[in-house]
Amino acid sequence: MKKSICLYFQVHQPNRLRLYRFFDIGKDSHYYDDFANRTILRRVSQRCYLPANALLLELINRYKGQFKVTFSISGSVLEQFDRYAPEVIESFRKLADTGCVEFLCETYYHSLASLASPAEFIHQVEKHKTAVKNYFGVTPKSFRNTELIYSDSIGAMVYDMGFKTMLTEGAKHVLGWRSPNYLYSGAQAPGLKLLLKNSSLSDDIAFRFSDKSWPDWPLTGEKYLSWIKASAKDGEIVNLFMDYETFGEHQKAQSGIFDFMRYLPEVILKDGEFEFVTPAQAAKKHSPVGELDVPDAISWADEERDVTAWLGNELQNDAFNKLYGLTEKLSILNDPVLWSDFGHLQESDHFYYMCTKFFSDGAVHKYFNPYDTPYEAFINYMNVLSDFIIRVDDAISFSDANFAAPKTRKTVKKAPARTARKPAAAKKTVKTKTDK
Amino acid sequence: MFGWEFPPYISGGLGTACYGMTKGLAANGVEVLFVMPSASGDEDQSAVSIINASDVPVDTVSTSVEDFLDKVRFVHIHSNMMPYVDPQAFSDMVEEERRRQVKSFTVNYGQKYKFSGKYGSNLMEEVARYAMVGATIALQHKDEFDVIHAHDWLTYLAGAAAKELTGKPLVVHVHATSFDRSSDDKIDTRVYDIERKGMEAADRVIAVSELTRNIVINRYGIPPGKVVAVHNAVDFSGREDLRVERGVRDKVVTFLGRVTFQKGPEYFIEAAAKVLKRCGNVRFVMAGSGDMLNRCIRHVARLGISDRFHFTGFLRGAEVQKMFALSDVYIMPSVSEPFGISPLEAMQTNVPTIISKQSGVAEVLKYAIKVDFWDVDAMADAIYGLLNYSAMADMAARCGYDEVNALKWNNAAYKIKKVYESVIK
Repeated sequence: MKKSICLYFQVHQPNRLRLYRFFDIGKDSHYYDDFANRTILRRVSQRCYLPANALLLELINRYKGQFKVTFSISGSVLEQFDRYAPEVIESFRKLADTGCVEFLCETYYHSLASLASPAEFIHQVEKHKTAVKNYFGVTPKSFRNTELIYSDSIGAMVYDMGFKTMLTEGAKHVLGWRSPNYLYSGAQAPGLKLLLKNSSLSDDIAFRFSDKSWPDWPLTGEKYLSWIKASAKDGEIVNLFMDYETFGEHQKAQSGIFDFMRYLPEVILKDGEFEFVTPAQAAKKHSPVGELDVPDAISWADEERDVTAWLGNELQNDAFNKLYGLTEKLSILNDPVLWSDFGHLQESDHFYYMCTKFFSDGAVHKYFNPYDTPYEAFINYMNVLSDFIIRVDDAISFSDANFAAPKTRKTVKKAPARTARKPAAAKKTVKTKTDK
Repeated sequence: MFGWEFPPYISGGLGTACYGMTKGLAANGVEVLFVMPSASGDEDQSAVSIINASDVPVDTVSTSVEDFLDKVRFVHIHSNMMPYVDPQAFSDMVEEERRRQVKSFTVNYGQKYKFSGKYGSNLMEEVARYAMVGATIALQHKDEFDVIHAHDWLTYLAGAAAKELTGKPLVVHVHATSFDRSSDDKIDTRVYDIERKGMEAADRVIAVSELTRNIVINRYGIPPGKVVAVHNAVDFSGREDLRVERGVRDKVVTFLGRVTFQKGPEYFIEAAAKVLKRCGNVRFVMAGSGDMLNRCIRHVARLGISDRFHFTGFLRGAEVQKMFALSDVYIMPSVSEPFGISPLEAMQTNVPTIISKQSGVAEVLKYAIKVDFWDVDAMADAIYGLLNYSAMADMAARCGYDEVNALKWNNAAYKIKKVYESVIK
């Protein structure tokens, strides 16, 4: 049996917030910096999504089914594609039609809901599943949580939603002496197969590729294959997980990243020791070699590989608690606009901007951050959230006034609770012509 | 009169106070020649003539350079470390230093110097240069004035040098002391030295409040008979009523000022947390910036009240007015405040006001609620009362409005004029 290589790329862009002053609270409920969002999305589409998709399509056609890749595309970025760059959706659809691409399911808003509220988490996963089906005509079978966040209990929730495969980080503090180059099973959900990211090999491409001070620069296909072979000497599968923006955005085209990618499949396939698989295929092909105990959440971020990039200081914790404190109130409201804003405010990026870990991973944080300081990020976010809270409270008192008279409060509040979400979800995904 | 800033380009209350004071003096028949390091030309010169020190070269000193330096030598700020040396070597070094000074003076001061007029990193150097230039200006205009009046430590050296050269009496005006800028054990001793020298050189010291007068007497060792308290006033002429539409229905409690230790921002946060435990329909705003801002933001987040406690960052002119107009309660919990003009602005906008007993303005206000800055419970109590008992808030707003409108610069300037008269022989 050939060993496996699983390539998975994350596609996501947040809805960056505009400068929202205290004076705007209660007066202006448009929260997003449309100009920045459009500019960045157009730029990344030109530099990365379109050329990289074209390249992958070319490779898939050239190797006639032997080259396979996997994507997870957040709902947030899908909405932005719809609005600012529909041609990107089209190019992903072409990739989907080859049958050599697997699309993963994740939280629609690239959120931290798995750490806050099971109900909200399930809602967003279902919403994303529907969106992927609408856009690409395939129902996702494997799951990937925001930033590869995983814990035993999250694994159990995911398994209960019907997913048999999940991707996460091969975090050293969890693996210990064990290798990430095997499949593992969930501790609370033994039926769930876990694919673990090979950090060292993934980061060679994602972070180090164009670094000229790196002793191994420049990276070639042959050199990289020899590392893969060394790493997987006793293993079965090498999981290379990274941001899709690695191609052309984080690593500029001039660095030769596209040429590297164009050449890599040829080197690997010619050698013959490895074949390309998607997560669902890997789960069929390989068996777990053991259980993975993850009592505390892990992720693929920073040196710590935990969730402290988003929930590591008092600013982040307070903002997070205030935001998810609204879950119950929203569950009784049937208002798609409020639900959409609630979702966008959950994007993990907002919390990332408030991170104060500036010393070890500061460079990476700064790269992704539109704010000068975490404090500015926090103030701006809380101003927006304060306005949102006012709108939620208004909507509740309005619906109370409407429903209180004829029926008893309790039944009215409970009844629309479950159904409220579906219309909100449905409306978003059928908004444009492209998804008929 | 030596100042450091003058409207419209100001960064603190000093410029505003100088502006009101000069207008008041003009009304009392006192002519003012106002010297500042960097004038823009946009200043309102209806009540004063402004001299821009950046325009004046120092090459007109009539006496010899050595003589000039001799008189103003204390102006130089020494930052050199002096190692242990024997007397002969020491005297050689002094002589050497003296020659160097004469040389550097001829080179550097014999020309115009462009002052920034800001509070930057080379502030000490600007202060020393300002003294040189100021003294020259005083010599040039020797026959046009009777009294030298210097505002705050930045200009004391200029005032003292001018007195040395012209023999005219000197009045220094203490708007703030080193003890108001930082806690006792961390004061800048260089600034303290300049302040003390300025006060000692002066014929009279004017303090902006009794509180400050006591500091001048006790901390700087100035004889009580030399120190007079003249409270600031506030000039609202030319101000239009601002109608601002409110975005939030909740009541708003505002702190507006530099977010630094001596303004007591953390006591405000603690009081806010206490009030929020009792009533929900209130929001707190901290408007301003400063070295404690980030610490305050963390503090608020830790208390878990950041959905009700907002930060605006530094506010400018019209935004300040807007902030007052949006407020239901204004609070100034200063740990140490020589005077404190912003409560007056709040009261003029009909906002009920809470001030700390440790502020100079507490001496002149009857209708502001006064609490100790450290008494967070009393502060919370006062906020809660003003928010919930409309009778109390109405009275504070109505009477406070009348009270501040009675504080006129004309009256303060009259007292200053009396001080002038007492020093003119």
